[in-house]
Amino acid sequence: MTVASTRARRVAESVTDPELPMLTLADLGVLRSVEIVDGAVEVAITPTYSGCPAMATMRDDLVRRLQEEGFADVRVRVALDEPWTTDWITPRGRAALREAGISPPGPAAGPASPSTRSTAGGPVPLTLLPVRRRVSCPRCGSDDVALTSEFGSTACKALYRCRACLEPFDHVKEH
Amino acid sequence: MNQIHTHPEGEHESAYDDGLLANDAHWAFGTSFEDPLAGVDTTVPDGVDPRALACYCLMLGDDALVLSHRLSEWCSNAPDLEEDIALANISLDLLGQARLLLARAAAADPGVVPALPEGSPVPAEDALAFFRTDMDYRNVRMAEVPNGDFAETVCRLLLMSVARLAVLQRLTTSRDAVLAAVAAKGVKEITYHRDFAARWFLTLAQGTEESRRRLLAGLAGLMPLWGELFETHPAEYAVAEAGVGVDPADVRGEAEVVLDHVLATSGVERPEVRPLAGVRGKKGRHGLHTEALSRMLAEMQSVAREHPMGVW
Repeated sequence: MTVASTRARRVAESVTDPELPMLTLADLGVLRSVEIVDGAVEVAITPTYSGCPAMATMRDDLVRRLQEEGFADVRVRVALDEPWTTDWITPRGRAALREAGISPPGPAAGPASPSTRSTAGGPVPLTLLPVRRRVSCPRCGSDDVALTSEFGSTACKALYRCRACLEPFDHVKEH
Repeated sequence: MNQIHTHPEGEHESAYDDGLLANDAHWAFGTSFEDPLAGVDTTVPDGVDPRALACYCLMLGDDALVLSHRLSEWCSNAPDLEEDIALANISLDLLGQARLLLARAAAADPGVVPALPEGSPVPAEDALAFFRTDMDYRNVRMAEVPNGDFAETVCRLLLMSVARLAVLQRLTTSRDAVLAAVAAKGVKEITYHRDFAARWFLTLAQGTEESRRRLLAGLAGLMPLWGELFETHPAEYAVAEAGVGVDPADVRGEAEVVLDHVLATSGVERPEVRPLAGVRGKKGRHGLHTEALSRMLAEMQSVAREHPMGVW
């Protein structure tokens, strides 16, 4: 890896997510690669959800930050394969989420995740009961929490409330 | 790549001009900034008819787009805030799938994209969404049924998610890398949608007399359109034969099992209804729709059609 590509990678890794600004794109796991191709910086990002409305802003921010750091030619491409999973959120990213009052996701390999509920070739099992997750309140730490809705303020979050401190909070869904 | 819209000096008239909207790249329509397939290899695999592939992508994309639009009509109208947000979230997922699929259709066969005036900044996915007439829409008719009450919306979301999840799961092994990736993402999303709808179906069925009455009425109204979800159009047959698509008839058995499970758990009998006929046997996949789609598109497309050269 060249000095320039290492530097470009470092700059790209410092760009934050527009909807979760406490997280860098690297910590969120959407930053897939940063390479120098024919003198241009080529960055690959993966959408968290098909309809993620933040993709354009991410791309904008990456281009702007890299240009500020002297990389004139920046290309941002979409990498659809493999699909993003919450397992790619780094330990530092999880700590930052919790610090900001957002409950980080459990392992996507767990029973709550649709990504692993489907065994190869078999139908995806239906889950009629509310999803049970090991979630604790990011404010007071209590495990006495209740699911309010599987769909929260953004597509990637579920809405919970804490029965101990009575505060509502977001939980990043296992995905 | 990015066309950042800026104002000449001295034209700033509001706070928006001074920063908030100075960079309008986040307005998706017409900016051409956010190609959902930017940099993705869209080469059509060997032995695949690009026209059949494009047609198939329009079918899956239009199902998502039209259902997404119906769900978005609930925004600020749902029975409570949580359900309002949930339906908007689901609508957004489907819109995302639609964008990828319409973009994939355009990349496979540019001939499907309606012609716009020369120099129009409207990207292909938007041209497909906003400048096709109802006869060029390939969605199944269940997607276009005008919204009834919340119970009916739950029924439609259940029926369409059951069928779509079964299709997308098989599509993850498509020889077309783009479709396989879109499907892999979509499976995770539709799993949530189907669980959401199935839980509400159970809740309404076992809730009050009124909630059950409404649910049964919604189901009876939609079931005549259920069979159409599994009828094979020639394009679907062609892409399934070529290993890039899924013949919907192949997923019917699995879908019926899932639906029967939800019905049995909810204590609901499957209503006995006759399928809604097409026009000389042709239905949504052939572009023959109910009047509801024309009305929906008239509203959805009106602004875009007024301004084919517009930058938003």
